[in-house]
Amino acid sequence: MARISLKVNGKSRTVDADPNTPLLSVLRDNLSLHGPRFGCGLGQCGACTVLVDGNTMRSCMLPASAAENKNITTLEGLGSVAHPHAIQAAFVEEQAAQCGYCMNGMVMGAKVLLDKNPHPSVAEIKRGLNSYLCRCGTHLRIIRAIQRVASSSVKA
Amino acid sequence: METKTRISRRDLLKSTGVMIVGFSFFGTATKVLAQGTGLSVDGMDPTVLDSWLAISKDGTVTVFTGKVELGTGVVTALAQIVAEELDVAFNKVYMDSGDTDTAVDQGVTAAARTIERGGVQLRQASAAARQELLKLASARLDSPVDKLTVTDGVVSVIGSPSKKIAYGDLLGGKRFNVKIVAAGVGWDMKVAPDVPVKNPKDYKVVGQSIPRVDLPGKFTGEFVYSQDTSVPGMLHGRVVRPATSLSAPSSVDESSIKDIPGVVKVVREGSFVGVVAETEWAAIQAARQLKVTWSEPTLKMMSGPDEVFDYLKNTKSFKDNVVVNRGNVDTGLSQAQKKYEATYYWPFQLHGMMGPPCALADVKGDRATIWTGTQGPFRTRDSIAKMLNIPPKNVHLLYREGSGSYGRLESDDVAEDAALMSRSIGRPVRVQWMREDEHAWDPKGPAQVQTIRAGVDAQGNVVAWDFMDRSQPWSESENNPLLASTQLGMKPTGPGFLNGAGGGGQIYTFENQKVLAANIPWVQQGQWPLRTSNLRAPGDLARVFASESTIDEIAADQHVDPVQFRLRYLTSDKRISEILTATANKAGWTARPAPALASSGGKAIGRGVAVANRANTMTAAVAEIEVDKSTGDVTVKKITLGHDCGLIVNPDGLKNQIEGNVLQAVSRALLEEVQFDSTGQKNLDWDSYPVIRFEQVPDVEIVLIDRPDMQPLGGGEPSIVPVTAAIANAIFDATGARLRRVPFTAERVKGAIKT
Repeated sequence: MARISLKVNGKSRTVDADPNTPLLSVLRDNLSLHGPRFGCGLGQCGACTVLVDGNTMRSCMLPASAAENKNITTLEGLGSVAHPHAIQAAFVEEQAAQCGYCMNGMVMGAKVLLDKNPHPSVAEIKRGLNSYLCRCGTHLRIIRAIQRVASSSVKA
Repeated sequence: METKTRISRRDLLKSTGVMIVGFSFFGTATKVLAQGTGLSVDGMDPTVLDSWLAISKDGTVTVFTGKVELGTGVVTALAQIVAEELDVAFNKVYMDSGDTDTAVDQGVTAAARTIERGGVQLRQASAAARQELLKLASARLDSPVDKLTVTDGVVSVIGSPSKKIAYGDLLGGKRFNVKIVAAGVGWDMKVAPDVPVKNPKDYKVVGQSIPRVDLPGKFTGEFVYSQDTSVPGMLHGRVVRPATSLSAPSSVDESSIKDIPGVVKVVREGSFVGVVAETEWAAIQAARQLKVTWSEPTLKMMSGPDEVFDYLKNTKSFKDNVVVNRGNVDTGLSQAQKKYEATYYWPFQLHGMMGPPCALADVKGDRATIWTGTQGPFRTRDSIAKMLNIPPKNVHLLYREGSGSYGRLESDDVAEDAALMSRSIGRPVRVQWMREDEHAWDPKGPAQVQTIRAGVDAQGNVVAWDFMDRSQPWSESENNPLLASTQLGMKPTGPGFLNGAGGGGQIYTFENQKVLAANIPWVQQGQWPLRTSNLRAPGDLARVFASESTIDEIAADQHVDPVQFRLRYLTSDKRISEILTATANKAGWTARPAPALASSGGKAIGRGVAVANRANTMTAAVAEIEVDKSTGDVTVKKITLGHDCGLIVNPDGLKNQIEGNVLQAVSRALLEEVQFDSTGQKNLDWDSYPVIRFEQVPDVEIVLIDRPDMQPLGGGEPSIVPVTAAIANAIFDATGARLRRVPFTAERVKGAIKT
């Protein structure tokens, strides 16, 4: 056991955990942040994605201790049902989910994609999200939701 | 979902009898129940109107349904049906779903039967409630029922709009206390069948693309999945199972995990092994590290897919399901001018849930509370009761949505695992399977073999059609034990549920025609990683792949356009010929025989068509593909999918289902096959069992035919059925090569082009 200090969604949080505990477990079990989800534990599906200093990371593979002193953003840090982020609002507009289990990765992946390229082409969206898996087959709606955000944002 | 709302409703309704506050994904639902309301072993008594719904003083309608949301949007559609028939605003309807103490058992949520059967049950119950409310209003407003009208839950007198009363005031928060007719069980139950219903011409809510109620919270982390459910004092469990067929542990070395802090117990019962720990991470580590030596299993796994196919071909069927037997196929074949014979192969495939299943169980003495994502709340309740040897009524199951399951969570293994571990330790235990547990022990879609013989006369007319499907039944079905129960020594009591018989060409009418589904027994029922269950549109994908490839092959050989050729024999139901024609038109189909003229470059393009009837929903698919002739790589560019499921309840929800079905179908056609040998299953993660990714996703165009004069039919799975065959036929169109084995890997396509 060790004391781990994390900065999550702008707040400082301290937990007592085995330093090798995956960040995903700490976020879900210690901090009750259920946006990131366990899908494979192997970094293959993307359901556990969080932002670490603005980049996507698979939190199932990242020891919590390795995320100390870094800015962690989870899905909850983007927005809420009452105050959604533009990406979350666009996903609702396009009804871009079925079971929604993979949506954490899709929204977080879209966030970084759009941060880096505010007006991606369909091919760029597909490439950008190619490592995120969805079994229900809502890919086309996700693409449309991202296009909706891109078209409504002010062109740089 | 806020506590404040919960308390205020509690106060509001305090005087109305026993009140249970429950959680539904629609928010906090308040259940108003009088003492002793007909709760039976099989859920609430369906002949009591109050079992179906309650109306509180503020006019909120709470529906107690045994149907559950699996991520398809179906519960939103059910709420639309209730709102429509009751004449209340959509946002006044709360769906309280899958609680075995308060819901009516409407059968499992599966087989695209939820709208078709469950929706009609709720429509009829709502119509009965509306009828009763009008009766009450008639007395209160002193006006005959036929002079009354209802708008948004307010009854008024036609011509005197000031004479009005709201539903909530009519009942005053009390029960209806009315009996209704309900006969039959589960999804076959007929509810208040004689109560008249609205004319679909007057529909305002049904037929609208109302946004799904569950989605906003799924994009923000606020939605509570089964994986997110917790209770105070909860421990975490993980299962430890062998890599191959089940056997008993010959030794379990508990010292192998003594260095992991927080491990509470190694649970051993029968041949079940699991670990329970204070934290999830400790449980994960302990399950990985625990040294278990498994005894030699008595049942060896087969050496690979080819041995399974040989077994299917060479083993006697225990039950032949003859779907069509017209004329005499042997005579027809003997008189045929030309014959066509082929064998088609479909592999074991995974359901592939993105989130491994998860359940929370709290077993205390002879009572159990279970939170889980099962597709059959009552079925899972009963299987847990049987395993724990307690009465079903002592098990309270509360549905919590899990990851999309496509049939997989009809066999809710993890709930049994959690119950077993909770009983062993006397505290609540949450169990989630790891990825490799789910890949290995998912009760898979069974492998199938189709043999087909057909013959044409001198004019090129099909005069004989002899189709045989050879498939195993679902080992995980009926009363057969799931994994934990099997490990406790429970034995299968039946041969399993038959893997369907649709799609063998019975949509066509031929002079001599036989369509047969043969059921091949497994001696290893349920005890090895190749256990089987219903996978979305069970069996139909394989049968339609074979039958629609064959009809295509005959059309090509007869130099007839494949759409025109099919239409000659689609004479039994005009809905199916209409969906085929509409789909072909939308896809810009121009008549010509296949294959296309050979292309000179390295890429060949092709188009293919297929048509299907699943549970009376008609579908047609046109696939446009490109084949890299040097590598055999197939790219699906576009699928046009036509769909007729009678009355459409929610058009956008239906389109979402169709898009998803199409993409899942492309994935299963091109990529998916369970690999194994006698030592166990080989693909235990997403790298070794790939599913479709963004860069492989085709465009999807949808053609909907709405039939307001018909019953609503299922939309959750029929559209997955014709896609594989359409792709196979497009590959033929592009290359002249016929694929007879799924998946269409580059290697197989390249091999087929060569020969």
